[in-house]
Amino acid sequence: MSSFNAVRVRADIPALTRHINGRPITYLDSGASSLPPRSVIEAMDEYYRLRHANVHRGVYQTANEATDAYEGARAAVAQFLNAPGGAEGVVFTKNCTEAFNLLAKSWGVANLKDGDVVLLSEMEHHANIVPWFQLRESIALDIRFIPVTDDYELDLSNIQELLQGVKLLSLTAMSNVLGTINPVKDLAALAHAHGALVAIDASQSVGHMPTNLVDLDIDFMMFSGHKMLGPTGIGVFWTRPEILATMPPFLGGGGMIADVRTDGYTPATGFTRFEAGTPMIAEAVGLHAAIRYLEGLGLDNVHAHDQSLTVDAISRINHQFSGRVRIIGPTAHAQRGGVLSLDVEGVHPHDIAQVLDEIGVCVRPGHHCAKPLMRRFGLAATARASFGPYSLTLDTDVLLEGLQRAITFFG
Amino acid sequence: MSNLEELYKEIILDHYRTPRNRGELPPPASKTEGFNPLCGDELTVYLDVTDGVVSDIKITGHGCSISQASSSLMSVAVKGKTLAEVSEVLSKFKNMMTLEGEVVDLNDPSNREVLRSLGELAALQGVAKFPVRIKCATLAWNTLSQGLEEN
Repeated sequence: MSSFNAVRVRADIPALTRHINGRPITYLDSGASSLPPRSVIEAMDEYYRLRHANVHRGVYQTANEATDAYEGARAAVAQFLNAPGGAEGVVFTKNCTEAFNLLAKSWGVANLKDGDVVLLSEMEHHANIVPWFQLRESIALDIRFIPVTDDYELDLSNIQELLQGVKLLSLTAMSNVLGTINPVKDLAALAHAHGALVAIDASQSVGHMPTNLVDLDIDFMMFSGHKMLGPTGIGVFWTRPEILATMPPFLGGGGMIADVRTDGYTPATGFTRFEAGTPMIAEAVGLHAAIRYLEGLGLDNVHAHDQSLTVDAISRINHQFSGRVRIIGPTAHAQRGGVLSLDVEGVHPHDIAQVLDEIGVCVRPGHHCAKPLMRRFGLAATARASFGPYSLTLDTDVLLEGLQRAITFFG
Repeated sequence: MSNLEELYKEIILDHYRTPRNRGELPPPASKTEGFNPLCGDELTVYLDVTDGVVSDIKITGHGCSISQASSSLMSVAVKGKTLAEVSEVLSKFKNMMTLEGEVVDLNDPSNREVLRSLGELAALQGVAKFPVRIKCATLAWNTLSQGLEEN
């Protein structure tokens, strides 16, 4: 804990020097996209200025450097996740959504058949729902949802029944709306006992708490770089190398082939098979720098920081706006992520966000790409504030000032 | 809060707090649903068109103050109007919304005339300065357009 200092982190984030409408920016939208530190931006800049070349092709010096940088990022991801099989199971994608599409449209097409059960939860992001509905257009899948309790946790009272016939459990590690942290390790063990594989959406968790794939004992993990202080345009799909070896190609083109003839083609093996075309080299370099930066902070420290900010914010919101502002997410215990979805009686989230913008506060109004969850709680939208390692209680001060303004303005 | 007051004019807040023509109409009135997939706003426009006149209009749904006020103002503006008049106000409103961030020059006589002819609807002019909110204001109008086409 002693080495972590959010004020010092803040000094590393150029975007936090901005002023909006005459006020210093109060960035509370890290759940949508986090702000990159200088080291990430400089690593990408340095790559473009001095080392840019395509990967896996040239024999000249900078082409080798670019390849080393790109593959170095893959190795760093594997180490960061403590991935069984190392870098061999790490596929770079455009984002977490593309990683889910890779799962459904490659592994799913090859391994699922009519009547197979895919078990999701009601708190999933659309990225972990829509690809399964799309797959159901060609395979008659039985798509089930683990319900969510009134206390915003997974309702596991019926889990044995839900797991009957399940081929894949695909679940978020941390809800992007509720902040709920799910018991991934226990559920993975349970699903494995039923013969299923387990996929985990780590978008909200991977930049905020330690991830250890050996310990979790899951089969697939996917996340985006830009929610863990890295750049946009890169995501990660991880699976065990022996599973990857059984998956058919997803996107076709250059780079992913072993041979192309006039009568057909032979795909490459390993992760190469899934990376068609020139990959996101600069973004991989940026992601590598983000991993280094997060490791420097310590993921345990980041998680503790999120929790302390969240506990403080919940208590102050409840104290100042008791009854008027409802927190849509667990509030009874500290074991949750730094995401606060707010429902303000009589004021629509869009209007709250507009009033907050007036004093430089960035929050996200809307359904957060989790419409089944919003429907579950009878909400069309919430205003969501989410923390990053650079967030301070000062940010909560300004958020509360803005909420008070919105409530006063709309009466 | 000058920017905010420009966006949330008193007329808008009034229509938000006390929306006009809320409710449903029974068949044979037409029923058209509109969605804003970005923010989850949903509304339904019920239209009674008799002899080329919008004889009644009712609206249900939920959304932000801009979308709710815009639908209420719209219902007042089109109720009792002929289809030709409705089509004219629709196109004037959409023009006002596509100014996207440009401040309407009130010294330009043609702008003054358009705003005057829009009556209370001109209160929504401030929305055009907030590009992400334009979709909130136009949701009801796009739903109305669709409803009229289906009629």
